[in-house]
Amino acid sequence: MSRVFSLQRLFAMLIKEFIQMRRDRITFAMMLGIPLLQLVLFGYAINNDPRGLPTALVSMANDPYSRAAVTALENSQYFKFTDVNVSPSEARSLLRRGKVTFVVTFPSDFAKQAEAGTPNALIEADATDPAASGAAVASAPAIIEKAVASIKQKNPSLKQDLLKSSTIIHRKYNPEGITQYNIVPGLLGVILQLTLVMMTSIALTRETERGTMENLLAMPASPFEIMCGKVLPYLGVGAVQVAVVLSAGRLLFNIPFEGGLLLLIGAILVFVLTLVLLGYFISTVARTQMQAMQMTFFFFLPSLLLSGFMFPYAGMPEWAQTLGEIFPLTHFLRVVRAILLKGAEWSEVSASVYTLFLFVGLLLMLALKRFKRTLD
Amino acid sequence: MNAIEVKGLTKRFGDKLVVNNVSLKVKPGEIVGFLGPNGSGKTTSIRMMCGLLKPDEGNGQVLGYDLIKDRLLIKSQVGYMTQKFSFYEDLTIEENLSFVARLYNLKPVKQHTTATLEKLGLLSRRNQLAGELSGGWKQRLALAACTMHKPKLLLLDEPTAGVDPKARRDFWEEIHRLAADGMTVLVSTHYMDEAERCHRITYISYGELLADGSLHDVIADAGLYTYTLTGPNLERFIPRLQKNKGVQQVAPFGNSLHVTGTDLQALKRALKPLEQHEDIQIEQSETNLEDVFIKFMSDSTDNMQ
Repeated sequence: MSRVFSLQRLFAMLIKEFIQMRRDRITFAMMLGIPLLQLVLFGYAINNDPRGLPTALVSMANDPYSRAAVTALENSQYFKFTDVNVSPSEARSLLRRGKVTFVVTFPSDFAKQAEAGTPNALIEADATDPAASGAAVASAPAIIEKAVASIKQKNPSLKQDLLKSSTIIHRKYNPEGITQYNIVPGLLGVILQLTLVMMTSIALTRETERGTMENLLAMPASPFEIMCGKVLPYLGVGAVQVAVVLSAGRLLFNIPFEGGLLLLIGAILVFVLTLVLLGYFISTVARTQMQAMQMTFFFFLPSLLLSGFMFPYAGMPEWAQTLGEIFPLTHFLRVVRAILLKGAEWSEVSASVYTLFLFVGLLLMLALKRFKRTLD
Repeated sequence: MNAIEVKGLTKRFGDKLVVNNVSLKVKPGEIVGFLGPNGSGKTTSIRMMCGLLKPDEGNGQVLGYDLIKDRLLIKSQVGYMTQKFSFYEDLTIEENLSFVARLYNLKPVKQHTTATLEKLGLLSRRNQLAGELSGGWKQRLALAACTMHKPKLLLLDEPTAGVDPKARRDFWEEIHRLAADGMTVLVSTHYMDEAERCHRITYISYGELLADGSLHDVIADAGLYTYTLTGPNLERFIPRLQKNKGVQQVAPFGNSLHVTGTDLQALKRALKPLEQHEDIQIEQSETNLEDVFIKFMSDSTDNMQ
């Protein structure tokens, strides 16, 4: 028998490993689940050239030219008119709340301008995510010009000379298209999520694995006390992380702080609370620290892809957007970007913050329900 | 009022019946040994009595509190020492004790922990991590921690497994001191010498109570007769003796052999053929607790099979 290598010993080792792999159901599920999840998400949901971006239409006129331009924009598939004929102020609010990516405005004398050869439409784009709006914005002027020209051709009495159309484009909130403006506030959410969920998810499993859970349960501590005791320290950890990321964002990347700091901190606090409770809930479900880690990652990956952190949320198919809504990160990104970059007020982010509160309440209930007061 | 008075405790994990209809009475100030083979439901029974598990059937009272309804009250007045060391190995001795003192609302915390450290003789090592302690010290720390709040009832689950004889003796001295102060103690164990230190012994096997009483009573009730054989190469007789119907069990003890049976005459007949071997002495001897337990164990079937 060889000293260094024997097939027999390798075989013994292999069989043992396979048996253990098969026993650990969750790991096994992860090994199959993660590739599948990645394939589906990357393959179907992610689109770097997003189409069907929600658009608001402010039309002062109702003429064949603007109608043709709207149809042409929609046919390009970049634009999807979700809010039609809203007032300019309504449109601005929709843009700030992130409900629409574009506001297209046709002036009341658009027909006159078109016939005179100088049609001037206005497109305001939410440029917080330069990648999301870039392609659509670039193609819009040509699309409008072509649409106007085709209508003019049907009326031979008009001068068919060259159009000097000038579609005005406002890249709002991030006119220079600086990627960091979008990424850094997002990173705040991602960093908080990764660290806090992971740390709290092993809170109870560590006690169980080390055998200290039995003792803890035998002593007079209530489930709510145990939960608060486990979770509150991480609120402090979260606060330090927030301070670091925000200062770095300001000093290193020059991220604009358009909105109120108090509102920002309040919203972050709710998000942090959601995360620590999520982690704690995972730890009431998982049986080992390893499982807790795996569950955290299983949650982390799709939330990264579907929340709008890495890829434009509006560019995802509808089912992926719906799926994205179940991640607290999705709602937090909306809030933090709106406050930091767009200077949003409470009324404009309240819906997302309330959703985060809903998560807090739900997770609190689930965690307390799952926590076993006994060893049963 | 009895410290423990439970009736018909039953617990299933899935399909497996772990504790079957266990009833137990423990008087205040008693030290009761809770015995039984591996997997016989001792730990589960103890966990039910300290409120860690909910019995599927049965009821009763611990320290006068209802086993089902008043679990939190029971927890606050019972001390439970787990089989495995279950304090925090990454906390120091003092930090562990302070944690317990705060959970039980013992004030002032500092005074309670210092007093406990002093009693333990660990005052100079208070800042040492609990994980660095030897098995014997860990066990002493655990006992000190779970008696810190002066519980009226102390439940010990195989407390001296893996502890050297000296530490075991010290441990039992401490248990008797605590009992003398009025604490009731229920201790599960496999060790005969430990069982012999208890005021009373209760033997359960796969959920059934097989014996209950003082050391003397339990041995007498078993109705066993024992002969001790001494001499060289006694092993050669074991198979033959085991086949004999008059012999219940044959157990080697060092250079001697304990042969036990319930029928004295049949036992004598079984040993008769050995008398021709001159180098072997055959004497009737006292039946000890271990003989009794081995009989219990061979009488009952293991529920793992």
